[in-house]
Amino acid sequence: MLFYSMKNTEKQYWKGTEQLTNDPDFVKFNEGEFPEYLPVNSNSSSSSEKSGSSRRDFLKLMGFSLSAASLAACEAPVRKAIPYLHKPVDLDVGIPNYYASTYSNGGNYCSIVVKTRDGRPIKIEGNKLSKVSGGGTTAQVEASVLSLYDTQRLRGAQVEGKTADWAQVDDLVKQQLQSISAAGGKIAIVSKSILSPSTKEVLKQFAEVYSGTQVITYDPVSAYGIVKANQDVFGVKALPSYYFNKADVIVSFSCDFLGTWINPVKFSADFAKTRKLGPSKKQMSRLYQFEANLSLTGANADYRIPVRPSKEGILVVALYNELATSLGAPTLQVSKINDEALQGYVSAAAKDLLKSRGKSLVVSGSNDSDVQIVINAINYLLDSYGNTIDLGAEAYFRQGDDAEMETFISELNTGKIDAVIFYNCNPVYDHPMGAIIASGIEKAKLSVSTSECKDETASLVTLIAPDHNYLESWSDSMPVKGHFSMAQPAISPLFKTRQAQNSFLTWAGIEKEYYELIQEYWKENLFNTQNEISDFQFFWDKCLHDGIYEVDNTAVTEVNLTWNPTSIASSISAKYTTDNSATELVIYEKVGVGDGSQANNPWLQELPDPISKACWDNYVTVSQRWANENGLKMFESNTYKVRLKIGDTEMLVPALVQPGQAEGTIGLALGYGRTDAGKVGNGVGVSAYPFLKKQADQRVLFLTGGVSIEPTRESAKIAQTQTHHTFMNRGYVIQESVLGEYQKDPMAGRYTPYIETSPALAKKLGSESTKLPPGAISMWKGHEYPNHHWAMAIDLNSCTGCGACVVSCQAENNVPVVGRQEVLNRREMHWLRIDRYYSSASSASTLKELEVAAENPEVIFQPMLCQQCNNAPCETVCPVAATTHSTEGLNQMTYNRCIGTRYCANNCPYKVRRFNWFKYHDNEKFPDNSSMNSDLGKMVLNPDVTVRSRGVMEKCTFCVQRIQLGKLEARKDKRPVRDGEIKTACASACPTEAIVFGDIKDPESQVAQLLRFEDKGDYQQVKEERAYHVLEYLNVKPNVWYFTKIRNKAELNA
Amino acid sequence: MEVISPLRTPLVTGGKTVADVTEDICKRIEAKPPKTWLLALTVSGVVLLLGLYALVITVWEGIGVWGLNKTVEWAWDITNFVWWVGIGHAGTLISAILLLFRQKWRMSINRSAEAMTIFAVICAALFPLVHMGRLWVGFYWVLPLPNTFGSLWVNFNSPLLWDVFAISTYFTVSLVFWYIGLIPDFATIRDRATNNISKAIYGALSFGWTGGAKAWSRYETVSLILAGLATPLVLSVHTIVSFDFATSVIPGWHTTIFPPYFVAGAIFSGFAMVLTLLLITRKVYKLEDYITIQHIEMMNIIIIVTGSIVGVAYLTELFMAWYSGVPAEQYAFYNRALGPYAWAYWIMMTCNVISPQLFWFKKIRTSLWATFILSIVVNIGMWFERFVIIVTSLHRDFLPSSWAMFYPTLYDVGVYLFTFGLFFTLFFLFAKFFPVVNMAEMKSILKSESSTAKALK
Repeated sequence: MLFYSMKNTEKQYWKGTEQLTNDPDFVKFNEGEFPEYLPVNSNSSSSSEKSGSSRRDFLKLMGFSLSAASLAACEAPVRKAIPYLHKPVDLDVGIPNYYASTYSNGGNYCSIVVKTRDGRPIKIEGNKLSKVSGGGTTAQVEASVLSLYDTQRLRGAQVEGKTADWAQVDDLVKQQLQSISAAGGKIAIVSKSILSPSTKEVLKQFAEVYSGTQVITYDPVSAYGIVKANQDVFGVKALPSYYFNKADVIVSFSCDFLGTWINPVKFSADFAKTRKLGPSKKQMSRLYQFEANLSLTGANADYRIPVRPSKEGILVVALYNELATSLGAPTLQVSKINDEALQGYVSAAAKDLLKSRGKSLVVSGSNDSDVQIVINAINYLLDSYGNTIDLGAEAYFRQGDDAEMETFISELNTGKIDAVIFYNCNPVYDHPMGAIIASGIEKAKLSVSTSECKDETASLVTLIAPDHNYLESWSDSMPVKGHFSMAQPAISPLFKTRQAQNSFLTWAGIEKEYYELIQEYWKENLFNTQNEISDFQFFWDKCLHDGIYEVDNTAVTEVNLTWNPTSIASSISAKYTTDNSATELVIYEKVGVGDGSQANNPWLQELPDPISKACWDNYVTVSQRWANENGLKMFESNTYKVRLKIGDTEMLVPALVQPGQAEGTIGLALGYGRTDAGKVGNGVGVSAYPFLKKQADQRVLFLTGGVSIEPTRESAKIAQTQTHHTFMNRGYVIQESVLGEYQKDPMAGRYTPYIETSPALAKKLGSESTKLPPGAISMWKGHEYPNHHWAMAIDLNSCTGCGACVVSCQAENNVPVVGRQEVLNRREMHWLRIDRYYSSASSASTLKELEVAAENPEVIFQPMLCQQCNNAPCETVCPVAATTHSTEGLNQMTYNRCIGTRYCANNCPYKVRRFNWFKYHDNEKFPDNSSMNSDLGKMVLNPDVTVRSRGVMEKCTFCVQRIQLGKLEARKDKRPVRDGEIKTACASACPTEAIVFGDIKDPESQVAQLLRFEDKGDYQQVKEERAYHVLEYLNVKPNVWYFTKIRNKAELNA
Repeated sequence: MEVISPLRTPLVTGGKTVADVTEDICKRIEAKPPKTWLLALTVSGVVLLLGLYALVITVWEGIGVWGLNKTVEWAWDITNFVWWVGIGHAGTLISAILLLFRQKWRMSINRSAEAMTIFAVICAALFPLVHMGRLWVGFYWVLPLPNTFGSLWVNFNSPLLWDVFAISTYFTVSLVFWYIGLIPDFATIRDRATNNISKAIYGALSFGWTGGAKAWSRYETVSLILAGLATPLVLSVHTIVSFDFATSVIPGWHTTIFPPYFVAGAIFSGFAMVLTLLLITRKVYKLEDYITIQHIEMMNIIIIVTGSIVGVAYLTELFMAWYSGVPAEQYAFYNRALGPYAWAYWIMMTCNVISPQLFWFKKIRTSLWATFILSIVVNIGMWFERFVIIVTSLHRDFLPSSWAMFYPTLYDVGVYLFTFGLFFTLFFLFAKFFPVVNMAEMKSILKSESSTAKALK
């Protein structure tokens, strides 16, 4: 018996005699009493015996659901997680979407593509279709995505500093406007340049409702001088379009067209086209730059001549006279340049210009309309109009009217303005008369600001009606006549803000959305300029998709110069002199912080100035001679403050010794000294806006008198990312030559180290000579690259050093901002940096002398990033194999394996590895790292890239996440990866296409073509003569090639 | 029976008997701690605690509290590491190599020299640990342990991994060697102990030593075997440490001369440290009869020899930089001698090359004060040698754009202080509770030499 055998001491109660007798029927049914096969899934069609689900499974499932439910209940409550009831068609979680849009900050413009992930814009790319911005970006454009998530942004409307309902604000505004308008009062709308035709339409409609409305436009850095000059001599009140790509000779007077002037992204692209060299192109443009501060353009010039701004007018006239004499035009009577060397450069420039008439371009950054008239006359003489300058393609980047603004300010201050609306502008800060505006605002009955943030102006007005960020807004742009672009929201508004145009419409009582108005405008004005698409919705969708629409207006406008040379000559004589001995102040804009409107953006604050490599501060740039005379010597980042007196103002500002600074001049940047920018930008440096001097109607960027500096012994530090400035004539780092030499021998300037070997070994390696290139012999077996081999070519001739790639990399790869103190500690985290080297004096022979930059040095920029060495020194030394080589030639970093011995960084000859010295995210000690220290800021992080923890090493990955995405996309389509499909963040940002990325295994790829790459098994050969490896002799075999820098000048270092 | 030349200078003076040896050494352990000892222990304890603060902050906040930067990513940490490891070398050399060469004069100093080795290696090992960005995983990820991270293994190409093996082997062998030597002495103390606690502790420490002939025989055999094992370590450990630099590509590091140069430097600094410590111990413990002027002189001679080797290495480096024809290499050495860290280079040159040459004068090498001062000077010099190698090579390497200076912070100093506190605390505890001279071995050289010597007088 079953039971007895188990426990024979216990009593048993049988269920019946059947059990006792083991009746077969009983046995059968007894088993079924708790059947194992009870189905859980009633839909199961299989027979009960064979069913997959059993009672056991049911219990398991029940247990799982119980535990799952209880686990889920333990989780922190999810806030505002709203699932899609109906998933939008083209939105997949984890897959980025791209929206064409437009960046426009006043007159600073760029046509862009916004990358969004799960509804959040995380990256800005250039729109390759745009002819106005050319497909690249600038540092400011790249950084603007972080400004969207600025904690400083206003959360809603405000009345007298207190949060208020929009309805309340609207009521107040309407009421006031109506009463003012009824009483015939003046309503002023102050704005920076407005590129949007639809916005102009809105303001027009607003003005129709409220008579007495005037729109006043100003630009923080005005180009009114050019506009006025064009109006005076050509009758066209606009900027022309400049075509640097068509110019063989460019002469520029204080015009930083590669850095900050008008439309640098396009100018850089165009300029770079003229600088590219290759087997089939052995000609390049020549650039003469006359300037006081060493600008980005000056740094890229073939001849850079430092001059005082007080001489500029004379110089321009001298050039005009040289040309006029040769071409038989009337000359102007001004004093002569009493400087032979300078006169020599002017004559040389004139000679070059004449040689390439019709293919030459003369530009000036001056805001003095008299100078600009002479520039116009020069260009007119040189047949530039219709060739390198097009007045027909009017450009609207700078529409500010300095005179109108001055009038407004005096009216505001005398109480003649009843209502003032500051439309997305901050003149209290960025206008030289800001202080007067500040005191005048309260004299208006109604003052409104539409600023996104409570800036210097907005904090003084009574009502703030904050606008959306541009990434939340609809708009359009017409930066150049006939060239339109669209701006569309890439995220739904984060806060209770309202698009300013809608505010204007509401206040004017027009019951229409701005969006409808744009559509109407495009339907009426643009739809009928084409006949390809007959349906407006289609047309609209296409424009929205492309982001741009261009009306064909290729007809060249004839221009006629009408001017009065005598009056211009006398006016210039009165303003300029050749013998000023006073200290002259030259104010400039920085590539990063610019006019200061994005001063609260830490990416821009930490972007090193391309020239001085300084960040997080404003400083006075002084010449080396002044520094020597006054005992100022900078070592590392240590310097002294100088007492800067400008008129009645006196302040202590740190001094930075700037090679190339014209003697007797000092430089000071705009964009700093913000007081209401936010926690990042407040109190960084001093503001230079109050010193923009009025000259005739215009505000000019220099002061020729009333400025003095004296050294003090108060020490200061300037956070520089690079403190050694010359390249010590190291040919293995920088290889350069001049055009003449290059034309004779494409190998010109190349530094070719070799290894002397025995004849036997040379023979074995198949070489005639015993001098072998370093790559020929190796103790490493090399790696196999079965599919791809990623590589990069960087053309030092095209790279202007603008820094767009640096910010682009920072945004793409979640690179933390470390703040001023940590930059001073030499711990900035940028994966990609741009090394800037000055040449040493040509007389320098000892190492000590080589350490000092020349008085007026040649400058070279070298973007430096992980070279992805094939024989990587970092890989061998890591004890835990956290950095390894991929099968595609990448040197990959495994963050969660890294233990932080930093050996790899020490052994990196390029010093491109960056260590997380601290925890930079979620750490209140790094408030400037705003993209990682607040919930709002974190929205900008790229979810494809890990945010690195404290104690690990990081470095450039060649944007491995983009490579991966590209490969996956190709695999989905069952095709190989196409060249150009995968672009690193730096390459895609580069306006000049100086950085080319691709697969050298693909012989058709651009990079393989550029390098003329030949894969001979383990011995790879690059046939392009200009291509070189930095530190080639180390035989680390990088996957990044640099192309020699070729200058178009007679000899190097002349 | 060994034949001892009667003309040899006696190794133990003062006519000590076997009983005297036991008494002299054991009484320090048995007596109440003197005030000077308590004071010294307190001072080193305070230094230890101050350093501990710096150490805790470093681990808590991150390596960023040190002065390192993107260009100089090792400085005081690895300098201190190499310095401490180097110091340890003298102990092993004395106990192993000199044992094999039957240098009997080593017997009075090997105990404390070995103790110093062990404490120095502990101090040294601290730096590779705390210099890690992620100590909490790094301390075991550097070991080739089977793991569940997939097929993740350590990188056997990395000199840092070789360091892990070298240091751990070195520490283990040194500890075992030292401890085996201590056993008979512990037994002596145990036998003399009057209170139960001492009896129990020393009883446990002496592993039931009986003093039987078999035990002595095994003791001697094991000592010889361990000496044989430890001897290659004297050469290999610092060779491997030097590989951290020699196998890299950085100018100033990438040098084949490093292994012998580092070993010589290690012995050089090790003997200097032994002298510093022994001169004090000798004075305080009145061990003048055991550690005689002859000992000091012998050690000073070793210092001259190794110091000169180091000096030749410095000059060879300069020559090789010039001869190589590699500009970066040449600049690295130009920069050492004349760059912003020239002061460190010249401190190194003065302390390591010039100062030991003074020992050519007998008067100086037999002067206690001169020896004491110079022994400290040598260790300062050897610290600077490592600083010069590490920092001046890194701070200006290939690309001038990355050139930077290194400025130490209080935390750099603090962690260094911590190791001093640790070292001296351990050493003082050792000096109080362990026999500072190997009594058993001393007794073996006592009779033959002292009695003969006495007879000659």
